[in-house]
Amino acid sequence: MKENGRCITKLENMGFRVGQGLIERFTKDTARFKDELDIMKFICKDFWTTVFKKQIDNLRTNHQGIYVLQDNKFRLLTQMSAGKQYLEHASKYLAFTCGLIRGGLSNLGIKSIVTAEVSSMPAYPDTGLHPKTPRSQPELKPRVRCSTNCATQVLR
Amino acid sequence: MPRPAHRKPDYHKINKDLFVLTYGALVAQLCKDYEKDEDVNKYLDKMGYGIGTRLVEDFLARSCVRRCHSYSEITDIIAQVAFKMYLGITPSVTCNNSSRTEFSLILDKNPLVEFVEELPAGRSSLCYCNLLCGIIRGALEMVHLAADVTFLQDRLKGDRVTEIGITFLRKLDEKKYRRKK
Repeated sequence: MKENGRCITKLENMGFRVGQGLIERFTKDTARFKDELDIMKFICKDFWTTVFKKQIDNLRTNHQGIYVLQDNKFRLLTQMSAGKQYLEHASKYLAFTCGLIRGGLSNLGIKSIVTAEVSSMPAYPDTGLHPKTPRSQPELKPRVRCSTNCATQVLR
Repeated sequence: MPRPAHRKPDYHKINKDLFVLTYGALVAQLCKDYEKDEDVNKYLDKMGYGIGTRLVEDFLARSCVRRCHSYSEITDIIAQVAFKMYLGITPSVTCNNSSRTEFSLILDKNPLVEFVEELPAGRSSLCYCNLLCGIIRGALEMVHLAADVTFLQDRLKGDRVTEIGITFLRKLDEKKYRRKK
């Protein structure tokens, strides 16, 4: 178990480095971001599209620094999504992605903690607006907790 | 739910920056984990071997190459088809011996080192792209060809070009050779 934990940490750190590098290249020519929500939208649209060829399907926030991003068909897990047997290994694939988000935000001046959960059931939002999918798709929900206090200290 | 009969094959292409940066992060992590350059090189080769044994199936399925009759044909295919397909570059091929079992791939451009300015201090014998050697070795082994694959020259180490040497180890018996999937 300890080995698994070390492995996850290393993967997350690798993702962090890559996220930092990627965000530098992606935002070279973009306009300055207005606020934190603007940055999160960038992550959900442009960043996610460049990395995973699709946008985040759903972004929710409590406007107090916590954001929940929902990907209904997470690309890194689509090849192994049948049932729950590989769910324990899914965390390794998530770790890199969480690091990616954390690294990207870090280079935009936002210190954050990113956690993720995955379920193998298709996404059924409460509103029931989305049609049922015939096959299970892995759904990724990275949860980003931003420390805006740290960000403003950096800007001063 | 049955798949439609004429489904277009899904060729996933990855963002180049993501790929190159991830490779760099991988090498950096290995450098943190192992002090000696030889160990890092060894593990890169081992990882590449694992990738190569699987990648060759994807390659054979997508490229529809004809049966090869000589080592030099195989090396040409590695350079002109495989490298092109996966890295978008076409190294040039030279033959290094008269019995035509030793070849070199000369890489003019190497996308994997795009963001590498120089090797880190104290890492002068690091073969940054050793993963490629393992991949070629693993792929060849899956089609029943034993080969030694190493970097003969490396621009990152100050050489003029980057050169990968492939030495086929068993003599190819042309009559009996069949390309096995």
